[in-house]
Amino acid sequence: MLEAYAPILVLLAISVLNAVGMVVASHFLGPIRPTPVKRSPYESGITPLGDTRERFSVKFYMVAILFIVFDLETVFLIPWAVSFRTLGLFGFVEMLIFIAVLVVGFVYAWKKGALQWE
Amino acid sequence: MIQFPATNVPLHQVQPLSNTAFLIASVIKVVVVFTGVMVVVAYLTLLERWISAWIQDRLGPNRVGPRGILQPLADGLKNLVKEEMYPAKAANIYYILAPMLTGIPALMTFAVIPFASPLPIPGVGVVNMVVADLPIGILYILALTSLGVYGIVMAGWASNNKYAFLGGLRASAQMVSYEVALGMSLIPVFMLAGNVTLTQVVWAQQTMHLWYALPLGLAFFLFVVSAFAETNRLPFDLPEAESELITGYHTEYSSMKFSLFFIGEYSNMLTASAVMATLFLGGWDIPIWQGDNMIMIAPGVVAGAEPAWWKTLLTFGAFATKTGFFILLYMWVRWTVPRFRYDQVMHLGWKVMLPTALVFIVVTGTTILVLDALGIPYGLGFGLILTVVNAVVAAIFFMVIDRDRVISGASAHDRRRRRVDARLAMPVAVEEPEPAGIRD
Repeated sequence: MLEAYAPILVLLAISVLNAVGMVVASHFLGPIRPTPVKRSPYESGITPLGDTRERFSVKFYMVAILFIVFDLETVFLIPWAVSFRTLGLFGFVEMLIFIAVLVVGFVYAWKKGALQWE
Repeated sequence: MIQFPATNVPLHQVQPLSNTAFLIASVIKVVVVFTGVMVVVAYLTLLERWISAWIQDRLGPNRVGPRGILQPLADGLKNLVKEEMYPAKAANIYYILAPMLTGIPALMTFAVIPFASPLPIPGVGVVNMVVADLPIGILYILALTSLGVYGIVMAGWASNNKYAFLGGLRASAQMVSYEVALGMSLIPVFMLAGNVTLTQVVWAQQTMHLWYALPLGLAFFLFVVSAFAETNRLPFDLPEAESELITGYHTEYSSMKFSLFFIGEYSNMLTASAVMATLFLGGWDIPIWQGDNMIMIAPGVVAGAEPAWWKTLLTFGAFATKTGFFILLYMWVRWTVPRFRYDQVMHLGWKVMLPTALVFIVVTGTTILVLDALGIPYGLGFGLILTVVNAVVAAIFFMVIDRDRVISGASAHDRRRRRVDARLAMPVAVEEPEPAGIRD
């Protein structure tokens, strides 16, 4: 079965060569004449103030954590879905319980306002 | 689920490919598909500009070559010889890596999508018209598209530009949120097809004599919306919202590195369209006609109809038409639906799409189990019953739960305004005070 992946490797090689080739070619073909003004960040002509990498809203972390939980749920659901009809009622009820457990957590996060963006 | 050898499906013994022939055929397919995707992507940029111009009633690109046909070449050449810029405070390694990390996976995702029926070559054997018929199928696409997030976040962070940083941050949160809904909306497809290999999903739709867009309509809708969000296209293009963030995460990029982001975005769009066509509109299946219902189940064994070169051509036409339809939909929606606000995007993703997808999984699962228990065979009748169930769920979703709020926001707003306008136009006594709540 592994030989099915051989074309993927060829495609990967071509894609990488293409991407690297494009960047390298433009590096040598295009002019590079930096000036301090040119190299400053483009922030609509306003002189940049302070550092970019500052603290940002905790909401983004919440989304990341919730994403891990629910993406893992998807990962568990996919093999179940593929063999769903051979598993029959038993498998279905088991998965319902699994989903129910996660839904409890989801409702908790919702009520706590983790999904609330102003 | 389809078990082989099924009794009612004729099996054809055909000449299997030898190892060398398989290798040569694979390399040819890789090169053809890669070149094809690159050319299509280049011309998608032109098509997008033409359609934008047409919708906005202006001329669009018409200077380079006849009717602007050579515009993509000119753009490519221009980007190749443009001045490269490295922002002073950028983290250089990540700054250079980011566009590659976006471009490479985007160009690789097309590999598992079957684009035509198997092609018999006299004296060589039958070649499957898919670059790599991986047993993990759609999981490969999900894995590679989520790699695209890294490129975008990296670009936003490495540029050391506040707008780029905000764009990258927004993009990451939006893409992971909709990835959940995207994965969930695919589960009903796997339940019905019993497989994740895309050739098998196409075959499952052919044997049902019904494309999954009907029996799984709500999942189809959720998938289309999530795919729009995943590809950062309008109305979900907050990561590069021009009016707020200049161009978002690729603000500091110029020359070919900017081009790579562009190629990445458009090839993601192309792949998403092809996936939608494959999973929900039957892939390369030609409607009604039975002569194209075939699948290569093993090297040298084709089930269903007899393969022929003209069938390959016709089915490729069908595939291209369906993919093209979704691409046109992308461009049409871009100039029709206004951009969401960020809180609306997150609200839609987590509080509407995810619960709906979960409920739809449960409903579809129950229906399939009941139909199995009743002994109804997988086929047209099975699909039609599911279609009815799906229509009921979709009606509840759109008319009771959504009730003109989130999904149908703009049009509902319009309808509400027209109702108010109609009420205002009615002859009313002048001294009567304006009814409360008339403001929109």
